[in-house]
Amino acid sequence: MAPLTPLQAPAIVFDRVGLDFSGKPLFRDLSLRLEGGQSTCILGPSGCGKSTLLKLIAGSTALPYSGAIYLDTTPPGGQQVAWMGQNDLLLPWLTLLENVLLGARLRHELTETRRHRAVTLIHEAGLTWYEQALPNALSGGMRQRAALLRTLMEGRPVLLMDEPFSALDALTRFRLQNLAARLTKGATVILVTHDPLEALRLADRIIVLAGAPVQIAEILELGGGAPRDPGDPAVTSRYPHLLSLLMNGKTA
Amino acid sequence: MKAALRLCLITAGLLTLWQLLVLLTRAPTYILPGPMPVAKALITHLPLLSKHLGTTLTEILIGLLLGTLLGTSSAIAMIVSPLLKRWMLPVLVISQAIPVFALAPVLVLWFGYGMASKIAMAVLIIFFPVTSSFYYGMQRTDPDLLELARIMGAKPLAVLRIIIIPSALPAFAAGVRVATAVAPIGAIVGEWVGSSAGLGFYMLHANARMQIDVMFAALTLLAAVSLLLYFLVDHLLDRLIYWQPQQGTTL
Repeated sequence: MAPLTPLQAPAIVFDRVGLDFSGKPLFRDLSLRLEGGQSTCILGPSGCGKSTLLKLIAGSTALPYSGAIYLDTTPPGGQQVAWMGQNDLLLPWLTLLENVLLGARLRHELTETRRHRAVTLIHEAGLTWYEQALPNALSGGMRQRAALLRTLMEGRPVLLMDEPFSALDALTRFRLQNLAARLTKGATVILVTHDPLEALRLADRIIVLAGAPVQIAEILELGGGAPRDPGDPAVTSRYPHLLSLLMNGKTA
Repeated sequence: MKAALRLCLITAGLLTLWQLLVLLTRAPTYILPGPMPVAKALITHLPLLSKHLGTTLTEILIGLLLGTLLGTSSAIAMIVSPLLKRWMLPVLVISQAIPVFALAPVLVLWFGYGMASKIAMAVLIIFFPVTSSFYYGMQRTDPDLLELARIMGAKPLAVLRIIIIPSALPAFAAGVRVATAVAPIGAIVGEWVGSSAGLGFYMLHANARMQIDVMFAALTLLAAVSLLLYFLVDHLLDRLIYWQPQQGTTL
């Protein structure tokens, strides 16, 4: 299965970013660099601001922040990022193929080449027979695969993934993690998760967030090699430490 | 099949109740005719009743079509233009404070005794449920979907066509179902106020001549046709919202 390698995957830089949420400080002078072309997993307790970080990178206009955020040298908000969330957000009135091509349809950029690419991706993801099926006829795993393909079809250099596999059963999650790791190689991937095992399997680098306002509790460098097997020493040796880090009070 | 059987049983039950009421109250036929004299009147006057039914049905259908078109256009206009929404929404709410039936004589005065005044009446009744249900349906589009579209760099009109309007179709369908149920009321009230054709006119005509069985025959025909129209629209709406499990009327 050929990975989609977007050109010039940018690094993401947070420079002294501050943000208040419901009158309380969520970030205060947060500085952070997420390397381009790497897969970075962000771990942390609920409500610590993981998803908000992704929204800031996506250029959400609803979050007025101080400081600066750059995708290499450009501010967020341009067409550099693609998004995949916990909910698949498939449109129930469109077929699987139409959903995968949603971005192109919304931008009036639907071409035969894109359609062919979508069909190829659907085939590679094992969904060939469901190309014309409506989302209601698909299982949770199939729907999330379709959402992943829709994200990849955007061909953006930055992929923002907000707990994309959390609602799936263990086996489906394992398979989809492998598929995602293969297909997103070369992009700057920021994956938010609650699951230390998922982070250890998929990340080149893990950032653990904690506290209020949120701070970086620890950064773990894992290097390449994702997706790692659950029995991989890089996973098993770090799992207890990561779990204790999340549980021992370094939380919000 | 089960639904058809249930419908037959309900009809039979209602007819039995009607007959029992006639027998127990011993009401004279010029006050409350039983089902049999009404059926007889229906058969005897069928050619004339059919002609008047044609008029009423045309008024209902055109009113329904125009009211729905006007309602959907207004709802879309309010979603597209916040300025228009600020001016239109209060007018829409205030318009509901005026009883539409009170306008019937004025409409007859303005549009005459023909079909136009009855169609206008039906349109006025239909407009609000269609507009409000469609507008609020569009407003309730999942914000996550809109955010996804924004990140994708979507064109505003494509978002409206591909995401917002389909999202609101179930709410729109609810509004059209209400509109279909009330459209005949508009047409009939319009005919009562002033007309020379239609079932409403014929009912008044029969009532004035103490032909109560004929009046009931017209009423029965109107109820049957209204019910049929409702089920037809319900079926069409179910097909329009093809991705949802059928939520329409079940018997």
